[in-house]
Amino acid sequence: MGKFFRTIFLVDLFQGLWVTFRNQNPKNIYTEQYPAERPKVAERYRGAPRLNINPDNGETLCIACNLCALACPENLIVVGSERNEQTRRKELTTFTYDLSRCMFCGLCEDACPVDALELTQDFELASYTREGWIWDRQMLEEGPKPTPYKC
Amino acid sequence: MPETTFLDSTELVLNMGPQHPSTHGVLRVILKLDGEKVIGTECVIGYLHRGVEKIGENRTYQQFAPYVDRMDYVAAVSNGLGYCLAVEKLLNIEAPPRAQVTRVILTELNRIASHLLWLGTHALDIGAITPVFYCFREREEVLKIFENYCGARLTTHAFRVGGLQYELYDGFEQQVKAFCDMFLPKVDEYEELLTNNRIWVARLKGVGILTGDECKEFGVTGPVLRAAGVKWDLRKAQPYSGYEQYDFDVPTGENGDTYDRYIVRMQEMRQSVRIIRQAVDRIPAGPIGKTPKVIKPATGEVYVSIEAPKGELGYFVVSDNSTQPYRMRVRPPSFVNLQALDRMVRGGLVADVVAIIGTLDIVLGEVDR
Repeated sequence: MGKFFRTIFLVDLFQGLWVTFRNQNPKNIYTEQYPAERPKVAERYRGAPRLNINPDNGETLCIACNLCALACPENLIVVGSERNEQTRRKELTTFTYDLSRCMFCGLCEDACPVDALELTQDFELASYTREGWIWDRQMLEEGPKPTPYKC
Repeated sequence: MPETTFLDSTELVLNMGPQHPSTHGVLRVILKLDGEKVIGTECVIGYLHRGVEKIGENRTYQQFAPYVDRMDYVAAVSNGLGYCLAVEKLLNIEAPPRAQVTRVILTELNRIASHLLWLGTHALDIGAITPVFYCFREREEVLKIFENYCGARLTTHAFRVGGLQYELYDGFEQQVKAFCDMFLPKVDEYEELLTNNRIWVARLKGVGILTGDECKEFGVTGPVLRAAGVKWDLRKAQPYSGYEQYDFDVPTGENGDTYDRYIVRMQEMRQSVRIIRQAVDRIPAGPIGKTPKVIKPATGEVYVSIEAPKGELGYFVVSDNSTQPYRMRVRPPSFVNLQALDRMVRGGLVADVVAIIGTLDIVLGEVDR
């Protein structure tokens, strides 16, 4: 008899639908609406490299020691330096970072003795040209500028 | 010689892959068929060959560490652990206890992630679509822990020679514990979906039998060997990184068929959770170890193997007293396990080939290196 009523009132169907609707709860939705809703990456995320500048005087923190270039497994960092005769110190002139070969292993970041080179949380690194991947000193200091899309 | 035509011949040669979705990558299998029956196979590998071993000989010991993550990219942490242990043995140093416990936690989490990916894709090959979504949902939680810990989800580069690079982040223990509590009921959920499912049982029971002796002949390791009833787990047999301190069982099967391998892997996930729970409670304070500035081991050679999710992962490193290894040889579990494919497939049906490739749990990045 119970089975008869279950069949008549489609109890099984509604039970199944209840499972479906229960999972419509917004907290069960995992999809991120990407350009509108940006993912929050972890604090230690290894993304685009950045060459830090001293916020007080705007000078670069890099001491042109070349350790990052030596640590890099892909040899993609080229550090150009010049000896300043007045202060008798090496000063950074150019810094090239070839992102197209980078595998974001973080070894350059580990090698840096003054925390000048850092892998940041920026992850939007697409470029229309291959040359766009080779970042110079200015680009490394300013960081990537992804196009904002209105949605 | 008799004149043969297509209609006369009973044999048919069929190419499966390298772009077949259920070969899990770029494996190409040439199948020789007699109707629906497989009478012979030949694996063609090398489509993903990158020369990782040669790269290792041209990099310093520190520099090679990120590359090992790209062999078995599903279990990158295990690869890194094996490599670090090999170089540490070559240098005669040991990671401090805090680093060792952290390594165990992350490696076991990675084992769970690897088995989850295997379960999802294997079920997808058989025709069950739901488990893949469930498995990836839980795998995401593991990857989040990795991202929080070392900043990368897949190719983690989590460990360094001599210890760790990153200190544990705040809330690591809570997150791992929350994952363990959340995960065990989910394993029951997967089992509810599959274990007694009639289609699942019919497709897997008695398919691709590999006996213990055959496994030993082929050098097959990991869950495939244990499913054949051989109780061989390197974590128990030759403990490394402090595995002897943890209490866990080595699940084994009886028949060595595809179904047993499924059961063994499900049990292994539960055992991994058990290890993680014990390890999280006993993370000691102290240093996390420091990478030597220059790694220049004395002349010598070393072979270190660990129990990766897929089997015995070994590193054979020869040093000639320079900063770069003279020879770097990797013994990948997938590559060795793949040898047994022909024995398992022969005499079976074409549809079973898909199930057997799935159950071997190969990653082509590791097969080809």
